[in-house]
Amino acid sequence: MSKSSVYSSPGFDFSNIVRNNFLHEKGLPLPKATSTGTTIVGCLFKDGIVLGADTRATEGPIVADKNCEKIHYITESIRCCGAGTAADTEFTTALISSNMELHALQSGRKPRVVTAMTMLKQMLFRYQGHVGAALVLGGVDSTGPHLFTIHPHGSTDKLPYVTMGSGSLAAMAVFESGWQPNMEREQALNLVKAAIAAGIFNDLGSGSNVDACIITANSTEMLRNVEMPNVRVQKERDYKFRRGTTAWKKEEIRSLVVEETVTPIGRGDEMDTS
Amino acid sequence: MDQNGGSVIAMVGKDCVAIAADLRLGNQALGISGNFQRVFPVTDRIFMGLPGLATDVATLHERFRYRVNMYTIKEGREIEPETFAHLVSSTLYEHRFGPYFIEPVMAGISKTPTGKIKPFIAATDLIGCLNFAKDFVVAGTASTKLYGVAEGLWEPDLEPEDLFETISQTMLNAVDRDAFSGWGAVVHIITADKVITRTLKGRMD
Repeated sequence: MSKSSVYSSPGFDFSNIVRNNFLHEKGLPLPKATSTGTTIVGCLFKDGIVLGADTRATEGPIVADKNCEKIHYITESIRCCGAGTAADTEFTTALISSNMELHALQSGRKPRVVTAMTMLKQMLFRYQGHVGAALVLGGVDSTGPHLFTIHPHGSTDKLPYVTMGSGSLAAMAVFESGWQPNMEREQALNLVKAAIAAGIFNDLGSGSNVDACIITANSTEMLRNVEMPNVRVQKERDYKFRRGTTAWKKEEIRSLVVEETVTPIGRGDEMDTS
Repeated sequence: MDQNGGSVIAMVGKDCVAIAADLRLGNQALGISGNFQRVFPVTDRIFMGLPGLATDVATLHERFRYRVNMYTIKEGREIEPETFAHLVSSTLYEHRFGPYFIEPVMAGISKTPTGKIKPFIAATDLIGCLNFAKDFVVAGTASTKLYGVAEGLWEPDLEPEDLFETISQTMLNAVDRDAFSGWGAVVHIITADKVITRTLKGRMD
């Protein structure tokens, strides 16, 4: 693939598509991308927003990452939980976060949640659902606390409590029985933890730990692994092998430079004009 | 991914990391080479394994060599392991809708500002979703078997020689249960002051 400049141009590169279609016709199966099966939730309470997420990332039926982070940073007071194709949620939220920073600098105003929502939905609609990112966007700005969900095709909903991902039904069941308007901080956090736990234990695509994030007008508190209900028990045995167990045919040792000291010889780098 | 076969694993030890790969290159069922290199040094202290379609192994190896060289020239310093992982991730995501059939695995060592050794491993899926694990990462046709064996054998803070035994036994036993991987294996152990590379004796069936 020839390039006219050494600086890569921004955006997607479609140059492999013809080749990949050809290989697919020949019977080569497409490897599975990491999905964040997932339970993500957001909930409005008296002072702001609480967001919650599980921490399991799956690759088909296999758990690829037991403790991934699904609550992404958009701005200081705005966070976004992501479900769906993991690479898409990661890069989409990173792109919008970057654009929000530029927008804030250009407008001179503190960034608003609706701005992030609009940027996200316009991008996702442009890709007609092929960018598989299902997001729960929440934050507090100068107009108050806001909570949105954004679907991969670009539709949005503004709601006081939302759930997304494969575990969304389990989490919504908890929300529907427990949510009330104007909850206190502790009450809201416990509700979110219970909703995520419902997803973790009942949904196959969700698991491991609970992450939460509490956003109010004055502060944003990121509670990573606020609950860890699935810690592995300590192994009963030590499985170390006796040194020398593995047979090897060839060994090569490459010593690395660990420390360098430079001693100038003569008068150093100066030009000698004598 | 079952076109050419191949698997890679990386593990964290005490002030060291190890990365291992099998050596088989096949054309579906027909084995062609028992000497196929899929782990490459990126810098002195960073190694990258590329399991998957062999043509993309060659292409990506050269693409990353180009990008790392450009980084070194522009920045005037060697790339750090975490930065390199993000470089890999971005490169793969550029091809989101026509991906390379590779799931890279990276292992490296960096130093904290206070001088402590920080071991680093990471893996991405074929479109660049990063996984920074604290224990081990696996990829390739034998990935499910590697997950299983590694989950059983790995423990934290293994010394370099013990890490060698653990990663070697993980690799050998996992690929013995996978038809598309095997035909020998190579292990690299990266410590602060040296890199030890050993070619393992394994089943050749």
